[in-house]
Amino acid sequence: MGVIALSPLDLVLAAALVLLLAWISWRMRFGIEKPLFIAALRTTLQLILIGFVLKALFENATLVWVALLSLLMLLIAGREVVARQQHRFTGGWGYGVGTLSMFISSFAVTVLALNLLIQPQPWYLPQYAIPLLGMLLGNTMNGIALGLDRLTSSAWQQRQVIESRLMLGFTAGRAIEDIRRESMRVGLVPIVNAMAAAGVISLPGMMTGQILAGAPPLEAVKYQILIMFLIASGTGFGTLVAVWLGSRRLFDERERLRLDRLRAQN
Amino acid sequence: MASGLTIKQLKTLHLGPIDLQVAPGECLVISGPSGSGKTLLLRAIADLDAHEGEVLLNGVASSAMRAHEWRLRVGLLTAESQWWSERIGDHFQQANDAVLTQLGFGPEVMGWEVARCSTGERQRLALARLLQNSPKVLLLDEPTASLDSENVARVEALIAQWQREQGVVVLWVSHDQAQAERMATRHMRIVSGSLQERV
Repeated sequence: MGVIALSPLDLVLAAALVLLLAWISWRMRFGIEKPLFIAALRTTLQLILIGFVLKALFENATLVWVALLSLLMLLIAGREVVARQQHRFTGGWGYGVGTLSMFISSFAVTVLALNLLIQPQPWYLPQYAIPLLGMLLGNTMNGIALGLDRLTSSAWQQRQVIESRLMLGFTAGRAIEDIRRESMRVGLVPIVNAMAAAGVISLPGMMTGQILAGAPPLEAVKYQILIMFLIASGTGFGTLVAVWLGSRRLFDERERLRLDRLRAQN
Repeated sequence: MASGLTIKQLKTLHLGPIDLQVAPGECLVISGPSGSGKTLLLRAIADLDAHEGEVLLNGVASSAMRAHEWRLRVGLLTAESQWWSERIGDHFQQANDAVLTQLGFGPEVMGWEVARCSTGERQRLALARLLQNSPKVLLLDEPTASLDSENVARVEALIAQWQREQGVVVLWVSHDQAQAERMATRHMRIVSGSLQERV
């Protein structure tokens, strides 16, 4: 069984539903019609664009092109992490902490999975590499953004407690230990919940896609389990690195709390 | 080699340059209008704020040791105490019962809930918590601000005893003229960031 191709009319009808929702929002003054419209437009344009990019990439499946697209995805995800911080680090650190952590975790886990587990020929075959990396980046991005945001806003709110511990001779690490632990936990909650709900409450998107494309359900399930484990470890390691780097950056070499290295975002 | 606390050309954005020598067992009371930099001075000595110049304890510079080791020796007590756990005892490693008794507490205080303690009780307990480290220098930022006269006397007696018996260096920020006369072996005023001797 192949994929049933969608006609343009199918998409127009689906779009009409969104327009109906926008119209209701406008009539009832929810004020959400404009963001809804922009988001719908963005999703259309971005997906058409990535469709063309992937088509071109599949026809020129060289390591260089795959690496370039991966890098671009990483940089955009890094920007997204920054945008979600209430208190971001100043200077290059604001962008660097999240992006570096995502690079370490997502890229390492993707390369590992491609070479040791899935083993397409060649290992960077874009049909496997790009979607896999995309799923990992999207999820580690969430974990890292949540973890970092919790770390910096807790440090901001609990500055007096942290400094009070420093005055009592605590090391910087011990002074922020509980906040660091809490930030790690917050970063990992979404993926833990997703794993717990998978298959019972929600059918994960990738598995659904494979089934729609005609794959036998049990094959799709095996892939989905693999992906869940990869996402969980990628998110975990990424959040670990980000929270560790961030908490180091909150103190200087004299173990002083340096909130001047944070900038409140409006 | 100078013993006690030595401050050489200490300078921050709002302070100094300050030079100071306080001998073991001495109590230097520092007064001055609010906003004149008393708290900032104590924070700089504890190395909690970036500063130029050197602070030495018995001839050893703060920069010669890890910052947390310095702060174990040079303890800062803030005017408002901070507590992060539910019970008082969670904030103590090994409580010194003699200190607690002198401050008017029995050993059962370790089981008390922080939320049910008064500001004054917390202030005295914060002093006991700091003294666990057996600091060589005590930087006290209005340590009796929210205490009644009986408890002020307790705190003063305890600090005086540590000065006498352990040779602790005390820098005491206070607005209270009578207290300054009771405690000070020396008295200085801080005016727009610099120290002036008072006679």
